[in-house]
Amino acid sequence: MNCLTIHRGLLLLLLSILVPLQMEANIIEVKATSGKSISGAIATAKDGDTIKVYPGIYKEANMVITKSLYILGIDHPVLDGELKHEIFTIAASDVIIEGFKIINTGRSSMEDKAAIKCLDANNIIIRNNILHHTFFGIHISNSSGIIIECNYLLTYGAHEYEHGNGIHLWKCTDAYLQGNVIEGHRDGIYFEFVTKSKIINNISRKNKRYGLHFMFSHDDEYYHNSFINNGAGVAVMYTTNVTMRYNKFEENWGSSSYGMLLKDIRDSHVEFNTFSSNTTGIYMEGTSRTLFHKNEFRENGYAVKLMASCDDNVFSKNNFKGNTFDISTNGKTILNTLEHNYWDKYQGYDRDRNGIGDVPYRPVSLFSMIVEQVPPAMILWRSFFVMILDRAEKSLPVVTPENLKDLSPKMKSYDLHS
Amino acid sequence: MYQLDTDTSKVILSLLSILLLIVPLISGVFTTIHFYNSYEFTELMLAQPLRRETVFLAQYIAVASSLCVAFVVGVGFPTLIYGVNSSSLTLLYTGLMLTLVFVSLAFLVAVLTRDKAKAIGVTLLVWFFFSLIYDAILLWVVYAFGEYPLDKTLLVLVSLNPVDLARILMILKLDISALMGYTGALYKDFFGNYSGMLFSTSILLVWILVPVWIALRVFKKKDI
Repeated sequence: MNCLTIHRGLLLLLLSILVPLQMEANIIEVKATSGKSISGAIATAKDGDTIKVYPGIYKEANMVITKSLYILGIDHPVLDGELKHEIFTIAASDVIIEGFKIINTGRSSMEDKAAIKCLDANNIIIRNNILHHTFFGIHISNSSGIIIECNYLLTYGAHEYEHGNGIHLWKCTDAYLQGNVIEGHRDGIYFEFVTKSKIINNISRKNKRYGLHFMFSHDDEYYHNSFINNGAGVAVMYTTNVTMRYNKFEENWGSSSYGMLLKDIRDSHVEFNTFSSNTTGIYMEGTSRTLFHKNEFRENGYAVKLMASCDDNVFSKNNFKGNTFDISTNGKTILNTLEHNYWDKYQGYDRDRNGIGDVPYRPVSLFSMIVEQVPPAMILWRSFFVMILDRAEKSLPVVTPENLKDLSPKMKSYDLHS
Repeated sequence: MYQLDTDTSKVILSLLSILLLIVPLISGVFTTIHFYNSYEFTELMLAQPLRRETVFLAQYIAVASSLCVAFVVGVGFPTLIYGVNSSSLTLLYTGLMLTLVFVSLAFLVAVLTRDKAKAIGVTLLVWFFFSLIYDAILLWVVYAFGEYPLDKTLLVLVSLNPVDLARILMILKLDISALMGYTGALYKDFFGNYSGMLFSTSILLVWILVPVWIALRVFKKKDI
């Protein structure tokens, strides 16, 4: 549980707000055997009280918290929604919910039923909970100062419509997500209008739609997250100033599945990430002024699909290894820069031995453009005829965009810690 | 090659291009040359009280087995030593099948022609057709009829060419992430499971057996 210690600074800050309150705070204990209920405890508690819940199964639902409380589960007491209800709804500031196992919430797309829901709340910590078979896991709207830490969210079911999102934030600022594992939901992490937030060390896998999905969520930072084997990968849209570093995007397979789909993203940084074994590593549309630096693209179908609507992006010092196609595009005008990347398909030479190839590398192959137009042509891949076509085009580009090239391809790959 | 590159899948890739180009060429040409070089010996054998079928099949088995052994020693052993995985096994399997297919085709060509130069020419043409022209035609078809749902049609057309069939079996192992997009899923569903494997194997067997059978019929009646 090292994730508890990492962001100690922020915790301390919050605790320093809470501790003075706790000086005169009561501790209310709830045990399954004593017949007391959690909702009863919440009703009697005053601001700043702690409610300790001991192990057992509690079939309590729709608990609305309107006071500043610390609700602590000891050894994960089980809260069962019996497939009908929501569990906690928080509508207050300074609330901590920690250490519960919440199972079987109700399912309703009309009401967005969730295990833990926050409305207009500030300074909330949701920590160390296990959410099992919930519709929405954690659903937060119009709040700020949210810490969601070390939760494990797992649900199952075959279809997208059977699920809500794992962690769903709407119109929040200063959220902090750390060390959560999200599995089997519709979207693992869903952000809409969430700004100035940090998302660190989370794992989002096997979700039915996107591992991470955000829109209009400016100034957010993503570090060390893994997005693995999600239905359609990761999709991020209509956002400026996003920073993504050291994330992993892996095994997102399917015709409309992307390691990362960027749509209308501006002034962002995508650095030190690993994209491996995706059908498409990055698909970019309407993206501008974004820097792609020191990423590793490994064994993807397409490493990057760069649509003609992108401009002023820079790809520098990335590794492209073992991809079927390095870059494909749909137009002839290219307004992006490629520099100092390593391409394993590069066949040039380095006469002056400065580690940089003397002839430019053209990452777009003729055949990738054919496949772009007529997908079934993929069946001819690696045939001798296609090889000849590609060679001919490489030596004298006619169809492929003339100016999409790396003028300074590296001879050796970068060592990118992966 | 294995010592040059640490990445075995890349080596398999280069071996694949060799396999698809060189193996059919060598098997075909070698078979034709062999057939004509041992023509006099064949005549001698036929003068003996032996059935023509026996002589022919013995020749076929001799050539096919020696080429297969050559392939296994040349490609098989190194791949197996440097790492056995599904793609290297598929490589071996498709290589052997291709060898047999082109030996059969070359035998057919050899018995149908009268002189050696012509036979070699025709064998080369067969090789050229299957590894180059057929794909060019296929690409043209794909382009010309791109508006229509082509997946199933292509599947059939591709199955008709042993070289393409071998290639697809290999790219299913190597470029699976690219194939998973688009129509790839269909091909994977079709060829990726056991029934698909069985299907492709039976098509390849047809390509092996039918030419041999026709060649045998011709050989029996042929005026040597």
